[in-house]
Amino acid sequence: MGSHTITSRTPGVFYHRPSPDAEPYVTEGASVAEGDTVGLVEVMKTFHEVKADAAGTVAKFLVENEDEVTIGQDLVELET
Amino acid sequence: MTIRVQDPGLETTVQDTGRLGYYSIGFPPSGALDSFAYHVGNALVGNEPGAAALEAVYLGPTLEFTEDTVIAVTGAEIPAFVDGEEIPTWESVAVSSGSVLSFGQLRGGARPYVAVAGGIDVPLYYGSRSTYTLVGIGGFQGRALRAGDELAIGSDARDPKAGRRLDAGDVPVHPSTAEVHLLVGLHSYRLTDDSLARFTDTEWKVTPDANRVGYRFRGAELEFVPREQPFGAGSDPANVTDCGYPVGSVQVPGGVEPIVLLQDAVTGGGYATLGTVVSVDRDRLAQTKTGDKTRFVAVDLDGALEVRKDRLDALDRIRSALS
Repeated sequence: MGSHTITSRTPGVFYHRPSPDAEPYVTEGASVAEGDTVGLVEVMKTFHEVKADAAGTVAKFLVENEDEVTIGQDLVELET
Repeated sequence: MTIRVQDPGLETTVQDTGRLGYYSIGFPPSGALDSFAYHVGNALVGNEPGAAALEAVYLGPTLEFTEDTVIAVTGAEIPAFVDGEEIPTWESVAVSSGSVLSFGQLRGGARPYVAVAGGIDVPLYYGSRSTYTLVGIGGFQGRALRAGDELAIGSDARDPKAGRRLDAGDVPVHPSTAEVHLLVGLHSYRLTDDSLARFTDTEWKVTPDANRVGYRFRGAELEFVPREQPFGAGSDPANVTDCGYPVGSVQVPGGVEPIVLLQDAVTGGGYATLGTVVSVDRDRLAQTKTGDKTRFVAVDLDGALEVRKDRLDALDRIRSALS
């Protein structure tokens, strides 16, 4: 088992879910394929999907919902 | 001869020196936010000074060229690649037909610029090729680029040549705390003396609400001098009777989260203007990103004119050296 960390490509505000009353994109323990959406980052009033750049199981979220994040910040740890 | 947009990046738009002369009827100038990076890019590829270029933010676009040409990447510190090979930035580079320009992760600054020999050929709208996305005019169909767009390349090339390079000493550095000069006024009297001092003492943090219209900051609360609400003004202590907003002007609705208006500014309204960022320092603001810090350094009018003259003289010197 290896691990892989998904990082943010833009600065902004991180969200777990597509809209406030929707289900989260993924939860800890879920398996994701490469290209799956795992969260959103809002910047300049636009939303950008955070995509898994590897396949694996979501081990841990490294940021809270609505945390401000910077470019390159670790967002989600995957077990691969 | 075209550029095919394989991936648009984030809010990548066509920009030039801007659409000047229509502010009084509610049209902001638009145009490249980092004017230095834009002008140097054109000089590097041997374009006429007003040729249109691409401005991106945070993420660069992925672009395919359908003919041999010369390009230059300037602005933010970001790795740029042609067909996967890293290319120097602030230097003109030859690209071949079929070559693909792509970008890595931003290291500093916020906005990369791509200049192309000949300029981006979109129709002139009120004298400019700049995109004003809020109302959908200018640039490429009045909007940010999308995957699949094909941009024509113009004929504004004077002397395209690869290998022109900006001297290392002239390459702007983008510290995570930017300093910008502020000419205090028009309504600075509305703030208490303490609050006006606090404004220039505070390291302000750029919020996620930071785009071509304006940048919103967080860091302190400011207090206004009590007053009787004048006729025509709103009830917020930050309100004044409506007036024009200079590009670069600073307003503080509610005394929290100051806003600096940029090239896609709203042109007027009812918030007190406590000062205006010196025009050439908007380049520095344009290269700050969400989470970065900014300090405002107060200058008087003579000081502001000097800051502007120094920067424009430097640009003139660079242009002659590159021509």
